[in-house]
Amino acid sequence: MNNKDLYNYILGIADNSLILGQRLGELCGHGPTLETDIAGTNISLDLIGQTRSYYQYAAKIQGEGKSEDDIAFLRLERDYKNVLLVEQPNTHFGYVMGRQYLFDVYHLLLMQGLANSADETLAAIAKKGIKEVSYHKRFSGDWVKRLGDGTEESNEKMQEAIDDLWTYTDELFDLTESDEKMISEGIGVDASAFKNQYYDEVTALLKEANLQVPEGKYFIRGGKKGVHSEHMGYLLADLQYMQRTYPNMEW
Amino acid sequence: MSKNWPLWEIFVRSKNGLEHRHFGSLHAADAEMALANARDVYTRRSEGVSIWVVESKHITASNPADNGELFEPAQDKVYRHPTFYDLPDEVKHM
Repeated sequence: MNNKDLYNYILGIADNSLILGQRLGELCGHGPTLETDIAGTNISLDLIGQTRSYYQYAAKIQGEGKSEDDIAFLRLERDYKNVLLVEQPNTHFGYVMGRQYLFDVYHLLLMQGLANSADETLAAIAKKGIKEVSYHKRFSGDWVKRLGDGTEESNEKMQEAIDDLWTYTDELFDLTESDEKMISEGIGVDASAFKNQYYDEVTALLKEANLQVPEGKYFIRGGKKGVHSEHMGYLLADLQYMQRTYPNMEW
Repeated sequence: MSKNWPLWEIFVRSKNGLEHRHFGSLHAADAEMALANARDVYTRRSEGVSIWVVESKHITASNPADNGELFEPAQDKVYRHPTFYDLPDEVKHM
């Protein structure tokens, strides 16, 4: 492979979009209302569109004649490098919006950094993604506020969701070896540098949403190293089914 | 849930210079949500540059039973109908 660190770095970003896109896609046709259903599916499509650009580029760098589909569908669980946050199940609508918001704030900060990457392709993908991700954050943040500041029941459910999801947030800022190499070359974004900004922004919105900011200092991590939660296997079984059952099938 | 949300009428301006046109209706809890929903339901493929939302209850509609007196002017008063002008081709959207 020409540049293994760049390849790993791209997958580290792209896998988050793929897995979150798949999670949202599971809800297609099951949203609480027609309008929110369409909105969720739109966000899913945005994320999967971004994933395609990343994987096409990664396949080119890999130089083994593989396609974006090979990367998306034919890896083993341990080879996916997404954070644990995005693979968490669609427990309920508030949980889905909480998961989305906690990812979106990170995602936008990352895209804004990546738009200045020394790698022109990554910078171009990021620039295109910024508009989409800004909207995702607006949508999910709006729902967190509505549910947090809604009825007693919606507040309780939203609070439980945030308390649970919070434990996955710290992993967003972990740096792998490949991350560090890419940062030193001006290609990667140092996520640890905007960690405080992330928590400040999230904290402000949670307060506005009448929600308590979790105080727990215990965080779960592992996805970035390929060590996933028990939900990941089921998600991949769904995602990979067609390619595993009918190898090389095309639409 | 959705049955508690009020209905909103959505008007979209397809491009600058054109008027807002009725696109359809959807449910939303308030105006802000109606705008977000309208964006997702109607304008995701560059269909518009501006959206208006109006809660459906604020629209007063004519009664179809009154169509005769409202919409059928006397046809013998030709001077009421501006049909004697040739429109230049450059004038669109008339």
